[in-house]
Amino acid sequence: MKRTAPEVLPAEGGLGDEPLLAVDDLHVEFHTRAGVVRAVNGVSYTVNPGETLAVLGESGSGKSVTAQAIMGILDMPPAVIPQGEIRFKGTDLLKLSDDARTQVRGQRIAMVFQDALSALNPVFTVGWQISEMFRVHRGMSKSDAMKKAVELMDKVRIPAAKQRVHDYPHQFSGGMRQRIMIAMSIALDPEVLIADEPTTALDVTVQAQIMDLLAELQRESQMGMILITHDLGVVADVADKIAVMYAGRIVENAPVHDIYRAPAHPYTKGLLESIPRVDLKGQELYAIKGLPPNLLDLPTGCAFHPRCPYRQDNCVTSAPPLYEISGTRSSACHYWREVLDGEQQ
Amino acid sequence: MGRYVIRRLIQAIPVLLGATLLIFVIVFALPGDPIAALFGDKRPDPAVAEVLREQYHLNDPLLLQYWYYISGVLFRGDFGVNFADVPVSQLMAGKFQVTLNLAVTALVMEAVIGVGLGLFAALRRGKASDTMILAATLLLISVPTLVTGFVLQLVLGVKLKQWTGADIFPVAGVFAGWRSYLLPGFVLAGLGVAYLTRLTRTSLVETLRADFIRTATAKGLSRRRVIGRHGLRNALIPMVTYLGADLGNLMGGAVITETIFNLPGIGNQLFQSVYLREQPVVVGIVTVLVLIYILANLVVDMLYAVLDPRIRYE
Repeated sequence: MKRTAPEVLPAEGGLGDEPLLAVDDLHVEFHTRAGVVRAVNGVSYTVNPGETLAVLGESGSGKSVTAQAIMGILDMPPAVIPQGEIRFKGTDLLKLSDDARTQVRGQRIAMVFQDALSALNPVFTVGWQISEMFRVHRGMSKSDAMKKAVELMDKVRIPAAKQRVHDYPHQFSGGMRQRIMIAMSIALDPEVLIADEPTTALDVTVQAQIMDLLAELQRESQMGMILITHDLGVVADVADKIAVMYAGRIVENAPVHDIYRAPAHPYTKGLLESIPRVDLKGQELYAIKGLPPNLLDLPTGCAFHPRCPYRQDNCVTSAPPLYEISGTRSSACHYWREVLDGEQQ
Repeated sequence: MGRYVIRRLIQAIPVLLGATLLIFVIVFALPGDPIAALFGDKRPDPAVAEVLREQYHLNDPLLLQYWYYISGVLFRGDFGVNFADVPVSQLMAGKFQVTLNLAVTALVMEAVIGVGLGLFAALRRGKASDTMILAATLLLISVPTLVTGFVLQLVLGVKLKQWTGADIFPVAGVFAGWRSYLLPGFVLAGLGVAYLTRLTRTSLVETLRADFIRTATAKGLSRRRVIGRHGLRNALIPMVTYLGADLGNLMGGAVITETIFNLPGIGNQLFQSVYLREQPVVVGIVTVLVLIYILANLVVDMLYAVLDPRIRYE
């Protein structure tokens, strides 16, 4: 494995004022036969060491596409990034050569995928797949790399790791498979870990175990973590801050507790109200009316206006910027004050 | 695995008996009298004919005849004799060698050309070269062996020799060693090349869309390693099993090619024996071919388990 010139790679060590990872005004488009799908329209967020950012949003909100753009695993074409920067320790990843990008991928920024059964290669043993990281990137011998794989499987608490390292992905349960996925992603101590709906394919009890494991690994290594999810329940315990996405934009940024106490965007408010609650048992569950917008033909003004109970005339014509509410909070709603006060007009 | 193989071999016995009985009955049902055929153009003396008829058990019921035959094959390895009194087993041994050479030549050509073109097309999907390869395979599939065989024999064999004076591709017989097999091997491989090209292309294209390929990329592996190790290893499963199954086809399906190129193989012999109504030769050859098919399929099934760890036989 040849190494590229070190000067193009983000330096290890001190950061200064620069966040660990900063996505800045990112746009991603897919050029399809049906037209241009604007999947991400000016997303900005930052992650610092030891911090967990939860990116929340429904299917098609652009949260996974943003993550894939960070990893550099979008199929380009059809994907195009016409605008924006992804700065990792101050270096814009989008300007790096393919070789330099490959050096970052997996080693400095790693990713855990949603469905571990399809994300792991069915014809290689899990030990082979984990140890591949050490063989390819660290030049280790087969047996040394296999020992490291066993250590990692122990670390993510897979019972009898020494024997099971020779098993194939299909011989594990869903939760164990996701642990293997996690072991593989943290193999080379990445500085940023992106977890794309890591618990969606799992049972509820197993979900909690996997989230605990991720949180624990993060505390130990001080990784920055981007947790992509549509599950508000998963977020509350592990996230430090939340970015809510809708139609390829961030509609609200907030520290995790603020958002649960008082959302500042009608969409976030709708999401929170649609969580089943024990004290409201028997009542009809709240649902946000309407359907997510067609990314081929976004609504004018605020993309959420057709579904918004706070809609005024200017919502149809002018797209709201991200209004700063406080040093740590922002909302892309002209009427965030009314939403925050809970006064529906 | 061992028990599975034994079970499969036991299952092969009724298949083999059924197939030989069927072919025995069909050959028996052919019009004409084998004793009359034995005498060729001459009219046999009725007394001599009757003695021969008795000697070859031709007056016995069909099932009893079958029993005489199959017990000879099973217990004494005796496939009987042809009209010239040559043992069929001895006759087949030499012919099978020729056919095996031809089949292996064709198989190697299929593997090299088919897999090569398929990979090339898959990695350039949608581009002009991909479209051209697909069109070429379609042509290869559409034109019958009879046509490609004679055309190539004429152009590459006869005409090329006239132009260059060098006998690069011998057109008949097996007198030029391995070179004798090049042209017939290619003709025989044609269809397989086309199928394997398409199979390889589809298989790799499909595999490269899989989630685990995205994972491999996210691991920071080079594109070469992502495609070469993670992609190809998975795409290989249908390709290898096709090749395995095709060995049986090539052994049995070479009748036309061997006849065109006058190769003294099993297909050529089968064709002549059917023509001459040499019943024991026909039945013997078919029996061995059925056996090869069964074994080839068994090997393919076992290859599945080796290539794909999700498949287990107990």
